[in-house]
Amino acid sequence: MNAPLSPADLEPQPGLRVRLRDARLGDRGVIVDVQAEADGLDHGVDADELQRRLLEFGFVEGARIEVIHEGGIGHDPIAVKLDDMRIALRRRDAGDVMIQLDAA
Amino acid sequence: MTAALASPVPLTPARIALVGNPNCGKTALFNALTGARQKVANYAGVTVERKEGTLTTASGRRVQILDLPGTYSLRARSPDEAVTRDAVLGRLAGESPPDVVVCVADATNLRLVLRLILELKAVGRPLVLALNMYDIALRQGLKIDLEGLSKEIGAPIVTTVATRRRGIEELIAKVEAVLADLPPAPVSAWQELDAAQTKAAHRRAQGLMRAYVRPPEHPDTLTGRIDSVLLHPIWGMGLLLALLFVMFQAVFTGAAPAMDLIDQGFGQLAAMVSASPPEGLLRGLVADGVIAGVGSVLVFLPQILILFLFIIMLEDSGYMARAAFLMDKIMGGAGLHGRAFIPLLSSFACAIPGIMSTRVIDNRRDRLTTILIAPLMTCSARIPVYTLIIGAVVPQKTLWGFISLQGLVMFGLYAAGIFSALGVSYVMRRVFWRGVSEPFMMELPTYKAPDPVNVLRSLWMRGKIFVQRAGRVILPLMIVVWFLSTFPSAPVGASGPGINYSFAGMIGHALAPIFAPIGFNWQMTVALIPGMAAREVAVAALGTVYAVGGSAATSLAATLHQSWSLASGLAFLAWYVFAPQCVATLAVVRRETNSWRWPIIMFAYMLALAYGAAFIVYQTAVALGAG
Repeated sequence: MNAPLSPADLEPQPGLRVRLRDARLGDRGVIVDVQAEADGLDHGVDADELQRRLLEFGFVEGARIEVIHEGGIGHDPIAVKLDDMRIALRRRDAGDVMIQLDAA
Repeated sequence: MTAALASPVPLTPARIALVGNPNCGKTALFNALTGARQKVANYAGVTVERKEGTLTTASGRRVQILDLPGTYSLRARSPDEAVTRDAVLGRLAGESPPDVVVCVADATNLRLVLRLILELKAVGRPLVLALNMYDIALRQGLKIDLEGLSKEIGAPIVTTVATRRRGIEELIAKVEAVLADLPPAPVSAWQELDAAQTKAAHRRAQGLMRAYVRPPEHPDTLTGRIDSVLLHPIWGMGLLLALLFVMFQAVFTGAAPAMDLIDQGFGQLAAMVSASPPEGLLRGLVADGVIAGVGSVLVFLPQILILFLFIIMLEDSGYMARAAFLMDKIMGGAGLHGRAFIPLLSSFACAIPGIMSTRVIDNRRDRLTTILIAPLMTCSARIPVYTLIIGAVVPQKTLWGFISLQGLVMFGLYAAGIFSALGVSYVMRRVFWRGVSEPFMMELPTYKAPDPVNVLRSLWMRGKIFVQRAGRVILPLMIVVWFLSTFPSAPVGASGPGINYSFAGMIGHALAPIFAPIGFNWQMTVALIPGMAAREVAVAALGTVYAVGGSAATSLAATLHQSWSLASGLAFLAWYVFAPQCVATLAVVRRETNSWRWPIIMFAYMLALAYGAAFIVYQTAVALGAG
């Protein structure tokens, strides 16, 4: 990730940063960034639109997130608990959501 | 000031719009407010359902209530959400803007709705917040500082439990108080939020949550526990299949007695009319055209009602979103959206309600793909045709001791429909609409027990809409088909059935050479013409052509058994897997897409598939010696 480091990033971090696309079942943490990055994948909408949709569903910095279910084929789609809501989405559309995982 | 203006009861009804997130109980609140005084229509120019009801307040003021489609934001993504945005902003053609906006919120799920409220505030219309499902919030030990929140958002708050009719009077009273003191026409400061503004709005909503809402002491864990089974990759899929099995059993066996009753009722009505003087064209039109035509559609009502009962209960309970989750990967492989599952499922009873329910799909391309393949699902109108032909040409054999050959053919026809639908969707995605479908993002709502009153009300509405729409379309068409099959009448002393001498007969004879390569004789071709109106009419038409008469299907099957080869029979079945022979479906596609383009494309591609499939089946069967 090329985003400029904020002071918080320089402090020692207990957990890892992963994209929601790559998160595994049971992973939990805090959303630290929601980008509008053209990742070369086709989402049916452009990166800005995808970002806005994610934001509208509550994928915002500071929200608690946990991967609670995944589909049987290719572990896709996934269902996440986002604060007190449950949201289903496809992994391919979840690349722009960065999660700071809780310390194990 | 005139007396009329000074009177305490204004003559023009006040206008209220209900806005809220999906799954917040908005429709239940709408039902609680308006009771049976509702009407469903379409908004001018778009195929979004417009639900309006009226109520009279304690002081005698009439209020019109508009139930707007659920949305998370005023930045609209689907036609439904665009209606909500335009209605709130007062931009909707033919609609005057609402005097008061009532925002309905699920009290246990406030975060996203608070952001919507911030957007609604920017629009500038007076706002009342209804915190619905408040009983559940209390039970969870959720504490909301109503007074503080109300002051902060600048709108009165009423707590409601729509399914128990609690808080309804208070809500009406609050709305009336706001109505009594309406500000001058508001100036909207709303504009579409960009990403940074959306983030800022979320932060504000988050701040409101922190300041005025204390998290629940006993949060709902039931939904999570149910989901760990229902969304399980194996158990969840198994339960979904079991559910579908039960549903189909109920649709096909549960509806049978009622369908027989309707069928007999219309048969007797037609017979009564036929038996009554004066003999003539008018009697024929009423008995064979109007009554038989309306009957042929109404006979599917029991199946459609049972199907809708399941769908409404699954939707209200929150399971539908889970079904879409489970099916998304499988359907996505064919380029379909997870949400297309429900419309396609409905199409097994009848493509018309299926196509009507594609409105839940946001994206236009996803929706069009679903609409175009919906008629490939084996609808119940094909069953009489399949049953007749299978009974006539497929031998009654048992394979491996327990599988009936006839049943196997029936199953094969269903499977052919499903697989060809997936194939057509795949091709459409690859050839016409490059690229994947829209992002699939969906809230999985908290499970709730469906409220019987609301379920029955929705069922009644659905049934009514089906009868009205189907009736309006099918009636004129049945008259056209009756005309074609009746005129000109047979010459005096002619042998053979009258239809043979009619326009339908002439068209059938003219088309016969085209249909020869697929093994159709002229009788079959002639039967296809009245069968244009609806697929099952072909059965009656074959009866007419072979002059068997009456509804004695057994004797017709025997006649067909004698005069059709196995190859011709199988080709006829293959034809009916794809045949676009249902004008009601085509008319509904025209309505739903607002253009003749899509029904024409649908007709053309299905016709091509039907001819191709029948050709392959016939030629193969002949080559194998079944000619």
